[in-house]
Amino acid sequence: MRNVFKTAIIGTLALAGVGVGGLMAANAAGGSSDYKMKHMHWHFDGWRGTYDRAAMQRGYQVYREVCASCHQLKYVAFRHLGDKGGPYYDDHYPNPNDNPYVKAFAADWTVEEVDLDTGDIIERPAIPADMFPPIYPNAAAAAASNGGAVPPDLSVMVKARTGGADYVYNVLTSYDKDDNYMNKAMGIKIAMANPLSDGLVEYADTEYTDKDGKVHIIKAPEATVDQMAKDVTEFLAWAADPKMEQRKSLGLATMLYLLILTILLWFSYKAVWRNVEH
Amino acid sequence: MSGHPSTYEPKYAPTKWLDKRLPIIRMGADFMTYPSPRNLNYWWTFGGILTLCLMTQIITGIILAMHYVPHVDLAFESVQRIKRDVPFGWLIQPMHAVGASMFFFAVYIHMFRGLYYGSYKAPREMVWLFGCVIYLIMMATGFLGYTLPWGQMSFWGATVITGFFGAVPVVGESLQQWLLGGFAVDNPTLNRFFALHYLLPFVIAALVGLHVWAMHHAGQNNPIGIEPKSKKDTLAFHPFYTVKDAFAVGVFLLVFAFFVFYQPDALGHADNYIEADPMKTPEHIVPEWYFLPFYAILRAVPDKLMGILLMVAAIAVLFILPWLDTSKVRSMRFRPVTRRWFILFVIACFILGWCGAGNPDDIAIPFGEDKGITFLLLARVATAFYFAFFLLILPIMGMIEKPKERPESITKAVLGGAE
Repeated sequence: MRNVFKTAIIGTLALAGVGVGGLMAANAAGGSSDYKMKHMHWHFDGWRGTYDRAAMQRGYQVYREVCASCHQLKYVAFRHLGDKGGPYYDDHYPNPNDNPYVKAFAADWTVEEVDLDTGDIIERPAIPADMFPPIYPNAAAAAASNGGAVPPDLSVMVKARTGGADYVYNVLTSYDKDDNYMNKAMGIKIAMANPLSDGLVEYADTEYTDKDGKVHIIKAPEATVDQMAKDVTEFLAWAADPKMEQRKSLGLATMLYLLILTILLWFSYKAVWRNVEH
Repeated sequence: MSGHPSTYEPKYAPTKWLDKRLPIIRMGADFMTYPSPRNLNYWWTFGGILTLCLMTQIITGIILAMHYVPHVDLAFESVQRIKRDVPFGWLIQPMHAVGASMFFFAVYIHMFRGLYYGSYKAPREMVWLFGCVIYLIMMATGFLGYTLPWGQMSFWGATVITGFFGAVPVVGESLQQWLLGGFAVDNPTLNRFFALHYLLPFVIAALVGLHVWAMHHAGQNNPIGIEPKSKKDTLAFHPFYTVKDAFAVGVFLLVFAFFVFYQPDALGHADNYIEADPMKTPEHIVPEWYFLPFYAILRAVPDKLMGILLMVAAIAVLFILPWLDTSKVRSMRFRPVTRRWFILFVIACFILGWCGAGNPDDIAIPFGEDKGITFLLLARVATAFYFAFFLLILPIMGMIEKPKERPESITKAVLGGAE
């Protein structure tokens, strides 16, 4: 028994050591200003956390109306919006390609395609199977339109920065009042001018139909900078990790299974060794 | 495989037929009845755990290889596709990535175990040597695999590591170009790294076979380091150690599953979610946590070639360890002074890992304002101790230390109240 604890303690220490090392590295990589990162409580935090659907839907609106003028979501397809765990998932449309919201959102975008009869490049409305299209024809064009900086893709942005969702939220809410380019969270002037201002988008109430067909209406909050930043971060967190809800729910089942198995194995061990001094 | 008398008796005509021609069932049966010392503790369960790790990596890796595209323009995207669109890709990919960390975590415990209990001493030198080769190839495999997702750390890590070869005198530059397949890390590099990353795990599997064979031939070491003398000193591998290993595997899998499901990115680096960009060097290039101690040793000297030599020496010294330790006493339990040095050695390894993660010029341990010990100085002290442990402490302690009295046999130790 003592050995189990010893092993457990040393194992934990070893992992803690690794964790501390990681944190040190993370700190070393952080910004240098005296800005203090604001830590938020996200709906998707914790072992049971899920994405806030209404927030994700509003976040999609912010992305569509604000961010999408410069930033692509190249690893996300429209159909993903209607996948399980996604902002527009609907039990009635297990195949997201049939989901009317998804279809409508896709059709709202234009994608390029080669006309097979003429070879010309034509434009058509997107369908759910399309990926989010590029905003600029190429990186040079993107840089030329943005003072030399290429607006980064946002598909995995929440995972690509130390601090994750907190980082994205802080960047969006920490612009200097007097300088539209001075971002206090990053500690430098950046090429992206403050993209949000109060009332920039007009939020509508969010509708959501549950399993029994009952329609729930979630009242639209006021579109403050803080609210929009939270919402778009919720959406981008989903975009970066769309399978999180599935992962966590399978994780719980797996952990419970392993826990019971391990307890049973402990008793098997005790039973097999009961008459053996060691 | 092993020296103990076989008790397997084929019962049926087909098994009798097979036993005369290829006694493969007998080999498995003998494996199960293999006499193991009765006093093996939980540190001995990591062999089984490591076998599981290797199998997990190979199985998840083969599935990933079916969907991964080793091309500079598509590699990063294909990993995203695996996580988003491949059925259960969102589970297989983190299993493989977290699995690499868990594999190294287990192998480090396994190696410290071998060090503490003197498992490298006669007649187990071959077990230890094969273990060292396996570890070396594991490092290569881990490094090659980390390049494949083609994130910023993948690319710049590969650039830094392959740059080491450029420091070799005279042939360095051509050697480096030959390894990269060009002048810089690019598509040919990614292609060959993928091919080698797929190959090496099978080499490891074969070496594990030899490692286990050598171990069965020499017999397992045990916590008191006294060879089993009678039948009473041993127990059949099955069911005694299969059940103990299984319990330990359960605990290990709980930790593994926790990371896979709840913290899949905690052991990685955020920068690797940025696609590789040869034009943009990240502010800090840091290897995966399991290479940090060696990274610290590399940076402990100002000269590039010397740093590389020192890092190579840090691993090479493990290969000659069986001949450096002059003590006949295996287990540190009976070596009161060396035991303390060993604990310091483990601490030094952790400090090196910490230094590897930090910026050499930053202050690690502050004394007052703006003053203190930098990571560089700390890394130098820890590096010196790392080598001193192998090259000075172990050879000298073996000659001057007076070991504690050792029990006559395992059974005596178990029943006589000694630990």
